[in-house]
Amino acid sequence: MIYLQLLWVFVKIGVLGFGGGYAMLSLIQHEVVDHYAWMTTTDFADMVAISQMTPGPISINLATYVGYTTAGFGGSLLASFALCLPSIIMVYFILKLFMSKKNNALMTNTLKGLKPAIAGLIFAAGLSMMNTQNFVDFGRGQYNISVIICVLAFVASYFFKANPILLIVLSGVVGFFAY
Amino acid sequence: MKIAFELFFSFFKIGAFTLGGGYAMLSMVEKAVVDQKKWIPNDEFWDMIAVVQSLPGVFAVNTALYVGHRVAGTKGAFAAMLGAIIPSITIILLLATVFREYRDQPVVERIFKGIRPCVVALILAPSLRMIKSAKVTWKTAIIPIATVFLIWWLKISPAYVILAAIAGSLIYALIIRHKTRGAGGNPPNPLSRGSDPASRVPKSRRQKEKEAKP
Repeated sequence: MIYLQLLWVFVKIGVLGFGGGYAMLSLIQHEVVDHYAWMTTTDFADMVAISQMTPGPISINLATYVGYTTAGFGGSLLASFALCLPSIIMVYFILKLFMSKKNNALMTNTLKGLKPAIAGLIFAAGLSMMNTQNFVDFGRGQYNISVIICVLAFVASYFFKANPILLIVLSGVVGFFAY
Repeated sequence: MKIAFELFFSFFKIGAFTLGGGYAMLSMVEKAVVDQKKWIPNDEFWDMIAVVQSLPGVFAVNTALYVGHRVAGTKGAFAAMLGAIIPSITIILLLATVFREYRDQPVVERIFKGIRPCVVALILAPSLRMIKSAKVTWKTAIIPIATVFLIWWLKISPAYVILAAIAGSLIYALIIRHKTRGAGGNPPNPLSRGSDPASRVPKSRRQKEKEAKP
């Protein structure tokens, strides 16, 4: 049963995951954290951090981790394979259909229209993680160190394009001394 | 069979050493596939990437599948795909066992308490950057706002939101196609580079230099 659920969830994510790794976060979070409760919101945040610091696609990393924690080694392979399955099918069917320039123009324009929605999707994933599980000292004590970390990391990332790995390491150091 | 092994090892190297996701990987793939092995001509490679970009799924996996299929058929597609994902799966399996062992250690817990708010920032920042690059105006701002409202506030599955967004933008794209036809001109071809400034394909510096040459 758990295998079927993993297969269904990750095939769905593979089919609907337009716009790269971050866009998939929202889909994965909804299924894995909200719907099936295979992971807690802190687990999810930790895995995103670990994925950022290790090579390889973030969605494959998450699929492997979720599969492993819910159904062991077999589950990890199944979840990763399920995520790739729609892509494998597409190589054979869609490729021939969309390699023609006419259809490709249509698809590129569709994706361009989809982009603002995908941006909203990613933003929603971030907002959903803004809770007291991930911001442990929010509303408690004098200093909201978690809020300060979040704001500084956002400024560094958005305005200065700081290296995400560096930011994660720095905030880990801050957490070590602050908590 | 030899070429399937070569594909596997090329993508294995790329999968094992590229940090920073799909687009960071692209220049490594270009170097391996176009420059070193000369499996695919430069132009064809970038045309292919333009198509792969607009497909759903894991970008690295899609790229591996299409390059592998182009170079060595079904065997090549599977060899390249496995090469791209095996490093990730191995690393995460190793880390998952270690992480479960040590995560309740107070030191680890303290470190991750600091990291989690940073992760939230690292997700919010690219979404805002994307809104900027998608040239969202005051009129079209309703789209990302509605998306956030539906998913975050009403907890509607992102799957439905994506399906609705696809339907909407497909209709929009069909209208554009119809209009350009009606005007008697050829439809704009997004594959010809330079015609689409909003194209998300990041060109490598080498690529740009090649283009600059007459």
